[in-house]
Amino acid sequence: MTWTRRHLLDIESLSPEEILTVLDTARAFKAVGERAIKKVPALRGKTVVNLFVEPSTRTRISFELSEQRLSADIINFTAEASSLKKGETLKDTARNLEALNTDFIVIRHSASGAPHFLARVINASVINAGDGAHEHPTQALLDLFTIRERKGQIQGLNVTILGDILYSRVARSDIWALTKLGAKVTLCGPSTLIPKDFERMGCRVTYNVEEAIREADIINLLRIQHERQRKTMFPSLGEYSRLFGLTKARLAKTRSDVLIMHPGPINRGVEIDSQIADCGRSVILEQVTNGLAVRMAVLFLLNGGKGPQGVG
Amino acid sequence: MPESTTILNAAAIQRALVRIAHEIAERDEASHDLVLIGIQRGGVPLAERLSQILSGIWTHAVPLGQLDVSMHRDDLNGRMAPDVQPTVIPFDITDKTVVLVDDVLFNGRTVRAAMDALNDFGRPKRIQLAVLIDRGHRELPIKADFVGKNLPTSHFESVRVILNEAGRGDEVVLEKP
Repeated sequence: MTWTRRHLLDIESLSPEEILTVLDTARAFKAVGERAIKKVPALRGKTVVNLFVEPSTRTRISFELSEQRLSADIINFTAEASSLKKGETLKDTARNLEALNTDFIVIRHSASGAPHFLARVINASVINAGDGAHEHPTQALLDLFTIRERKGQIQGLNVTILGDILYSRVARSDIWALTKLGAKVTLCGPSTLIPKDFERMGCRVTYNVEEAIREADIINLLRIQHERQRKTMFPSLGEYSRLFGLTKARLAKTRSDVLIMHPGPINRGVEIDSQIADCGRSVILEQVTNGLAVRMAVLFLLNGGKGPQGVG
Repeated sequence: MPESTTILNAAAIQRALVRIAHEIAERDEASHDLVLIGIQRGGVPLAERLSQILSGIWTHAVPLGQLDVSMHRDDLNGRMAPDVQPTVIPFDITDKTVVLVDDVLFNGRTVRAAMDALNDFGRPKRIQLAVLIDRGHRELPIKADFVGKNLPTSHFESVRVILNEAGRGDEVVLEKP
């Protein structure tokens, strides 16, 4: 299909065909990462600003390396060391960056909708690297890429997302992406962290972890987001671990070919037993590798979303 | 209604490939150092067929790869992102004779991108180019070593190479708008 988008703001507005185009394109970029020379000139002469207003390590590093492997020039911008601290608005910061003739802005922000706002006020392509508790589209795309690579397809799979759903932008993006491609999504976790509203997104909600994971093809574990959490949501991490943690005993009662996923950073001993994180069913590190390929594919596609269709 | 003329039928395509294979065999005597790499997409099935014919001439298998040049194009600006196909080169190309294979040679930019892409895989001893159709209009100093058919065209025409798995119904068609 023909890719016409200039921005990647969320999964909600993507069509299933667009999602599959990203996944197909990412396959070619994964192969680039396996070569002796891991760099291609596709974004030579382009400038990418990584505007991380909310702290991030793994997503920022993944984006930076993806940009470098596409030969782009990079400016890294963090909130702590910027004029945002001096009272400049996001719009002014972005327009200043644009005045430097930047082509892409990758934004991570604690406010939901910040990337959508930027896309309206500037001309550069905007990529959402996580906005508040709203969406984290590249994480969902790399999750789907990993599932498709291991399972062959997404359609018809039982995917259980276990943990803090309420505060998780990963969960929202995953739910949109998985349901668009025909997976059956089950959500499980403390009832205070799974509003019933999520059933309207086409998910099944259960508070019984054994039942949630019994028939799962994929178990996607989410970290408890201490930083967004209010104390009243559940009593303690110890209790969370006892009631919802993925333990060896619980894993023994699942399908033998179940895949364990986690967007990281993992809290060993809380949502996942240490040995499970390192076992053969865990694809947590593959997700990290695939994240590079998916982000390269997104940048490559958005770069082409600007002009008319060329010829041969 | 676009007017279309058949330039080569299935038998003529096969004859052209057999001739190209013999020319390659004549030019490149060190047969064990030769590899074929088809350029996605049109060059890939042609490289497969050339490999089969050459394997018959030399009585040993000829290594076969496929190369997608989208990430190395010089015209990525101002056009839609191309559909990226897999690149599979399951051998080392360093010190080999690489024969790049494509269906139609036109402005030469695809071949330039292909040579650039090959750099990332190693340093071949030499690179040669085999094409089924050379339709002229080069924009770069690039020339094919092996040509199935030279076909003078105008800029507005398009050349379509249709190849089927079974080899039946293959043809090369020139279309006028």
